Amino acid sequence: MTLQTDLLTLLPELIMAVGAMVLLLAGAMGGEKTASLISWGAIALMAVTGVVIVMWTPDHATAFHGAFVADSFARFAQILILIGSALSILLADEFFQPAAARFELPVLMVLATLGMLLMVSAGSLIALYMGLELQSLALYVLAAFNRDHLRSTEAGLKYFVLGALSSGMMLYGISLIYGFTGTVEFTRIAQVVAQAGVGIGLIFGIVFLISGLAFKVSAVPFHMWTPDVYEGAPTPITAYIATAAKVAAMALFLRAILTSFPHALAQWRQIIIVISVLSMVLGAVAALGQKNIKRLMAYSSIGHMGYALLGLAAGTALGARGVLIYLVIYVFTNLGVFACIQAMRRGGRQVETIADLAGLARTDPKLAMIFSLSFLSLAGLPPLAGFFAKFYVFLAAIQAGLIWPAVIGVLASAIGLVYYLRMVKVMYFDEPAAAFDGGMALGSQAILVISGAVTLFFIVAASPIISSADAAAKVLFP
Amino acid sequence: MSFPLLSLVTFGPLIGVVLILLMPRANAARWIALITTIVTLALSLVVWAKFDTHVEGFQLVEKTNWLGGGISYHMGVDGISMLFVVLTAGLMPFCIAASWESIQTRVAEYMIAFLVLESLMIGVFCALDLVLFYVLFEGGLIPMFLIIGIWGGKRRVYASFKFFLYTFTGSVLMLLAIMAMYWYAGTTDIVTLLNGVHFPPQMQTWLWLAFFASFAVKMPMWPVHTWLPDAHVEAPTAGSVILAGILLKMGGYGFLRFSLPMFPSASEMFAPLVFTLSIVAIIYTSLVALAQDDMKKLIAYSSVAHMGFVTMGIFTLTHQGVEGGIFQMLSHGVVSGALFLCVGVVYDRMHTREISAYGGLVNRMPVYAAFFMVFTLANVGLPGTSGFVGEFLTMLGAYLHNSWIAIFAATGTILSAAYALYLYRRLIFGALVKPALKTIQDLSLREVAILAPLVVITIALGVYPKPIFDVTTPSVAKLINDNKTALAFDHSVGKVAAVQKRAVQ
Repeated sequence: MTLQTDLLTLLPELIMAVGAMVLLLAGAMGGEKTASLISWGAIALMAVTGVVIVMWTPDHATAFHGAFVADSFARFAQILILIGSALSILLADEFFQPAAARFELPVLMVLATLGMLLMVSAGSLIALYMGLELQSLALYVLAAFNRDHLRSTEAGLKYFVLGALSSGMMLYGISLIYGFTGTVEFTRIAQVVAQAGVGIGLIFGIVFLISGLAFKVSAVPFHMWTPDVYEGAPTPITAYIATAAKVAAMALFLRAILTSFPHALAQWRQIIIVISVLSMVLGAVAALGQKNIKRLMAYSSIGHMGYALLGLAAGTALGARGVLIYLVIYVFTNLGVFACIQAMRRGGRQVETIADLAGLARTDPKLAMIFSLSFLSLAGLPPLAGFFAKFYVFLAAIQAGLIWPAVIGVLASAIGLVYYLRMVKVMYFDEPAAAFDGGMALGSQAILVISGAVTLFFIVAASPIISSADAAAKVLFP
Repeated sequence: MSFPLLSLVTFGPLIGVVLILLMPRANAARWIALITTIVTLALSLVVWAKFDTHVEGFQLVEKTNWLGGGISYHMGVDGISMLFVVLTAGLMPFCIAASWESIQTRVAEYMIAFLVLESLMIGVFCALDLVLFYVLFEGGLIPMFLIIGIWGGKRRVYASFKFFLYTFTGSVLMLLAIMAMYWYAGTTDIVTLLNGVHFPPQMQTWLWLAFFASFAVKMPMWPVHTWLPDAHVEAPTAGSVILAGILLKMGGYGFLRFSLPMFPSASEMFAPLVFTLSIVAIIYTSLVALAQDDMKKLIAYSSVAHMGFVTMGIFTLTHQGVEGGIFQMLSHGVVSGALFLCVGVVYDRMHTREISAYGGLVNRMPVYAAFFMVFTLANVGLPGTSGFVGEFLTMLGAYLHNSWIAIFAATGTILSAAYALYLYRRLIFGALVKPALKTIQDLSLREVAILAPLVVITIALGVYPKPIFDVTTPSVAKLINDNKTALAFDHSVGKVAAVQKRAVQ
């Protein structure tokens, strides 16, 4: 393996890194008034990277002695991350008033996205940690981006402190795993475990590693930061954390656990089942009492990560496929919801309580329709996309014999249904409150159209997405 | 591939939805909806005309790849499902016409909800793939939720949530059962599952219970029927018609399509449970109906009682019982729909459903009284009306199976005469003393046009039910034969297992 082929394998990441530097320089020279231009530059950069990923990357290659992997699994997750990131930047560009816009925002988002791309192509624990930290540090700053806002700075600080704690735990787990297997490379770890068996030290390592990863996907009991960060961060950043960041973390979770520890399935499966079930139940129950819509979405995403983890708990290629399909639908639906939340403005100010949505079906029928469709899709109702997300995860769980977690899962989804229906009720059944400011920005409208189309028409266009998720998932099981 | 007639019937109403979205003005929406539903009805009659009554299997079949991996878009009808398609398409124009004047707010949305609902309901009866079936079965909850919640009465929010949560919770367990069946059989294709797959008896028990959870709520069977009176009372008239006329039939259809043929051993094992629940439903809810002072609630409870006859009939697994059950469902779809329309007529005038607010209507509304009389008697099961045929056959089937069941069920028919005639007396007869009723108008031409065809159907089916039985008989015979064969197989397997067990000991 020459340096040249190594670098070529990492071409998309390199493009992103160089692009981020160029954008940073351009912003620094052009000043604040170029903020919007930089945003569009960032979106273009992501589009180019996406094209390179689709057209260029090899089907299966490793770089730097197995530290990075380029395969169809990475490709699938990377495309999804890029879509989530680009659309979040689009939202952010419209969120900040021209006076308050800063060019650092898109640059930071490009850097975080670069971290995410590295995360999903990581082939070793060191690369995993590097990508994760690059992403996390940029996200901490982004969460606190409204620096004059008390809640935004609080969100950034909380995210940072708890994130640092979880990073520490994960690093400890990585060192234990390295200590007991003598390698950091996922595939080598698997070989060592196959020969030497699963010792108590290794189990400790796995537990700490899973704790750190569970924090990143905000699974119970490591979810505490989620509501505060979702509520405090600027809405487009919340959308970013809820979509692209979750995809990266969940894809990393899949690869790290499934390729390193296929022979310790019995051990880690118990942990995943517990956090999955707890997340599903807590996400459903805790969301019932929420008044702020962003907090509601935080609990909703905790619940959704619980469902996705059920696919991981299955420990099969079908389970991984289910998770990937889940993530696709989750990303598009959530982007739609957050674009709707961003449109909740009265007199130029953002409003965030559920009561503000009262009677939206009369004052803005189109917005109410997409909002409701997204919520019903998140609730997992057929014929909307969200149903198929849950369907494939539960299908894998049933095949793996996880009947009881699946039963608890569907019953939790019935509880969760109550708060999703309540949103529809507020918008459609209640008497209207004052109308929102009209004139939704073009980018948000585009996002709503894309999200609504995926939600409604997934049922007829599901086949290609399912088969590419299938191909991607099989890579993890050589 | 031949012309996709069933897909056109199923998804044709969605064309109307698109047109209404393009022309959302109230009057345009009403006309588009009416024309769409009438065209759909005409197409469903084409389905009936093309239906070959000598074939016992599925007809007009369409199959294309959908999700891959044994899950396909597969449509078709047989003698059990075809008439439900016609019933659904047939009731819809009446619903639209009945909402013509009573719905004045958000008309476009209302018509869209109904057309989407029609599409999903027809699809339920055509679907020959379990996943497709489930998607359509559950999808119907969303428009119904909106119909109750937006255009319903005072406690509409409570009623709509209760409706949704009851039916949803029942159904998700069925979803898990469908997945388990998929992993056992490698496909969710209903035709394959019906004709070649045999689930082990132990597994059948669990699958049967999961399906039962869904269909019993939908049916609804006592004691999970409590959502129905609330939903009926709060729903607008047309919503009640659809609920009673079609949504309830999905439960009975599900038993016939899945529980009986796919899980024969479990069905045999649980039949006593079903009979008990049916008898309780027939007697208990009839008594409850007697005590109601809300017209819609009374008819809702009578629906539960009538559905009791259906479950009783189909689980006897006799020709008479099963065909009677199907006929009863079809007849009840027309009659209860018509009764709710009749209630809607006076509700539109007086805006109350309290029985005590009425009395002596025959003095000012003789035409209405005559129409109402026909449907009341059909509800009671008077010979010569469609209600008699189904009730008689189900009881005949029950008698063949176990005479005690038939005796209990027969008391139910007496009670049904009691509550229905009691309602009729309180509404129609007596002196017209209430001052508010002094100016009440008899049926308008529109209302006569809605109710008259239903009277014709009710009496025609009561006098000459042969066209219905021509359609159902071959498929029902196949159902019963297959069930017998499968049961014999299970018993022989059980015997072998018992012998082996003894040998080991």
